[in-house]
Amino acid sequence: MRPTKSATSRRWRATRYGGAAVAVLALATASACSSSSSSSSSSSTSTTSPSPSASTSSSPASSGSVTSFPRNETLYTSGTAYAPPSNWNPLDVGNFATGTQGLIYEPLNLYNPITGAYMPWLATDTPSTGWQGNTYVIDVRSGVTWSNGTPLTGADVAYSINLAVSNASDPYSANVATVAKATANGNTVTVTFKGTPGYAEFTDYLWKAPVLPEAVWSKLPASQIATAANTSPVGTGPMSLDTYNSQEVAYQTRSGWWATSALGLSFKFKYLVDVVNGSNNEELGQLTADNIDWSNNFLPGINNLLGNLGGSSVYGLKTYYSAAPYMLSGNTVWLEPNTSIAPMNNVNFRRALAYALDPSAIAQAVYGGIAKAASPTGLLPNLDSFVNQSVVSQYAATYNPAEAKTLLASSGYHGQTLTLQVPQGWSDWMQATTVIQSELSAVGINVSLIYPQASARTANLTNGTYDLALDNNAGLDSTPWSYFQRVYELPISKQQTAQLNWERFSSPSDWALVQEAGTVSPTDTTKLDSIYSSLEKDFLQQQPEIPLWYNGIWFQGNTGYWENFPSSTGTDQYIPAMWGGYIGAMTTVYALANLEPNPKAP
Amino acid sequence: MRRYLVRKLITYVLAFFVGVSIDWGIPHLMPGDPIQNLLSRFDLDSASYAALYKSFAQSFGLNVPLWQQYLDFWKGVVTGNMGISIWDAPAKVTTLVFGAMPYTLALLVPAIAASYVLGNRLGAAAARRKVLDNTVLPLGYVFQAIPYPWLALVVPYLLGVVWHVFPTAGAYSETLLPAWNWTFIASLLDHWFLPFLTVFLVSLGGWSIGMRNLVIYELENDSSRYLRALGARERVVRRYAYRNASLPQLLGLALALGVVIGGNIVTEIAFHYPGLGYLIFNAIENNDYFLLQGIFIFIVMGVLIANFIIDLVFITVDPRTRLSMQGATA
Repeated sequence: MRPTKSATSRRWRATRYGGAAVAVLALATASACSSSSSSSSSSSTSTTSPSPSASTSSSPASSGSVTSFPRNETLYTSGTAYAPPSNWNPLDVGNFATGTQGLIYEPLNLYNPITGAYMPWLATDTPSTGWQGNTYVIDVRSGVTWSNGTPLTGADVAYSINLAVSNASDPYSANVATVAKATANGNTVTVTFKGTPGYAEFTDYLWKAPVLPEAVWSKLPASQIATAANTSPVGTGPMSLDTYNSQEVAYQTRSGWWATSALGLSFKFKYLVDVVNGSNNEELGQLTADNIDWSNNFLPGINNLLGNLGGSSVYGLKTYYSAAPYMLSGNTVWLEPNTSIAPMNNVNFRRALAYALDPSAIAQAVYGGIAKAASPTGLLPNLDSFVNQSVVSQYAATYNPAEAKTLLASSGYHGQTLTLQVPQGWSDWMQATTVIQSELSAVGINVSLIYPQASARTANLTNGTYDLALDNNAGLDSTPWSYFQRVYELPISKQQTAQLNWERFSSPSDWALVQEAGTVSPTDTTKLDSIYSSLEKDFLQQQPEIPLWYNGIWFQGNTGYWENFPSSTGTDQYIPAMWGGYIGAMTTVYALANLEPNPKAP
Repeated sequence: MRRYLVRKLITYVLAFFVGVSIDWGIPHLMPGDPIQNLLSRFDLDSASYAALYKSFAQSFGLNVPLWQQYLDFWKGVVTGNMGISIWDAPAKVTTLVFGAMPYTLALLVPAIAASYVLGNRLGAAAARRKVLDNTVLPLGYVFQAIPYPWLALVVPYLLGVVWHVFPTAGAYSETLLPAWNWTFIASLLDHWFLPFLTVFLVSLGGWSIGMRNLVIYELENDSSRYLRALGARERVVRRYAYRNASLPQLLGLALALGVVIGGNIVTEIAFHYPGLGYLIFNAIENNDYFLLQGIFIFIVMGVLIANFIIDLVFITVDPRTRLSMQGATA
């Protein structure tokens, strides 16, 4: 550690602990109490204040690991974990610790939503070259080693794909539903399909699914492949698991990561520590105190802390865009009507909802400029090339209260009160419901707001026991396919467990179109365009969902210790998210490798 | 004495049985399905959903009939295996509980003990001196009447955000790793102080008001008058009054210490303090039956043990209990 830094931090600490010591002492004297811990604490505090901050003293018990992280060599991240880290199983996609996919396990390709391109990763080819008729050929990169030293082979890749084919507990099994099998020959893996390949789903597999070490996973019982804790993960990625406790998980940069020699990427930080989230307010405090470098928390009003002092922020904070909307768009929030019951089963009522609501006003009122209003189709901006603008201008129901009132007259709605529910504690959504309530009330639709616990709300949507809800199941993807799958999937069961078609909208012709789109080769763009514009037209005419706004890929970088955060300008245009499904699928690892230490850091 | 203890012991065993059964049953009454909620964080199609649901149900032991789950739960209580957490799968419930317990105990036991001692002294003093009564008592009422969540916002805001004296969140600095060295211990204390202070302040008022009223009552009752009439000095009278007034307070202390094991949910959420209250909050949010059951077991045991200890303590400090027992065995 540099002497200057240690001196500063010691002074800072001494002041703070001094405060604690004074207060504890005062308390102990005042109470003259028997509480041994108070008196012992005052003595230990006073002995500590002058002692140097120890980051060099390594505990003998822990094998070579440090007792604190040198600040200048550590990247602190937050905004992803909501439970203590306990799980590094990349197939346990809802639970694994931050960075399991991306820092330890890696996919075959990456997807770059900003350019719309697929990029080589563990495979040197991409979907644009991999398809050879009805088979897909994967060229597995040579020179990649697992963190235990053994080389990555085609057999590992084939094993990962075949595991998903044969074991439905693999969360990626739907992606390989049309795969017959994968066969490895050296570093070439040939994937054969049962009949027409499910192009869309299999392409998603390539950039979303982790490549697993066969030697490790083949030893797990079939029922535990997705539930085992995997606390000693062996991956191909840039970091290895260093330590974890109830507050954080720490990774150490691994030497010999393949991308350093192959792509010239390397992490300038030695440790990456991801902190378990407290409340948004706490995280804002941690960020402005320079304790967090990379925050993926939703911090309302963060735009007010940027660049208000002649272009340079007093806190040195950076967002992806330096002006509105500040954040990239990450998923679509829509008003979800339960179309299986009246009056939501009436198309005029649903269109009346769409005409009555003003997405821009809602986004502005709730997010104050850090979230964008959704386009009428609800497809995210990265999919703009798939949107037929003439269809949109012809059929979109854009804010028009008069039109809403007209439609309402023939909608089967008779003034009854409908409920609108969002999970308790999702403060921004709760705020949005009040805006929605007043806009709907303005055209004569009565809505009462209810805020059940998150799990009760999930059960309500799954079981179809709701009138209206806000929902954001449709996330960032490389094609509109999964978006329309969410809207139209059939059949509708009593319990819609899979988060698909929670609005229970039955349109067999549209579902047939979605299925067809999934099996059209990505090179046949004419056909894909025609299918997607039909789906867009039907979506706008039937309004099974009412898109409202895009939740942002919330990101705040703190330049106190690190610079070159992802940004919309120059060469830093990477996805700034540590969230599962983003890191280790999109370009977050590029963004991390792009970070440089701030020479002015204390 | 023996009969007294045996009778007490039987009561405790019965209470434990009922407590554990309720502990098992209550979480199951929460709306929502824990695995459904867990899988809502996945991105699955229907077939994988069914398969994964089965895997998780099996790993949590939720794939058997309810009566079997109840028996399994008792087996777990006896063997100390409380299952795995759903919220933080697949961490063991016992690991989470024992990891969180030191934080809760270190926070609440000193806060309660300090407020008890200081509160009682202040209350007793206020009962005797007009000046104190006019200052301490109103202050006590203020502290007791302050809504705790408000205090838990204002105190960290002033001492943390505005004046930067103390950190406002976590149990120790994020730059440190748990280890027994002075840096870490200092960081622990630094983070411990604000949550401690808020709990201490709100408990202080209650103890002192209670004590003041009890002491006034004791000073004015017949036994004190009799003592004075015998010519005892006021100091002696006060000492006896204080001792007698302590009995109900002691009972209150026992109950307060008994539920300490459940943590203080608001404090631990407000300060992001990783104790048992923080776990309870997250367990409820996520329908985590096993974590809730695991923590409640400790609350049940905590209350019972605290009661038992206080029964024993009362035998020594309250002569009436002792005498009634002698009467019973005679």
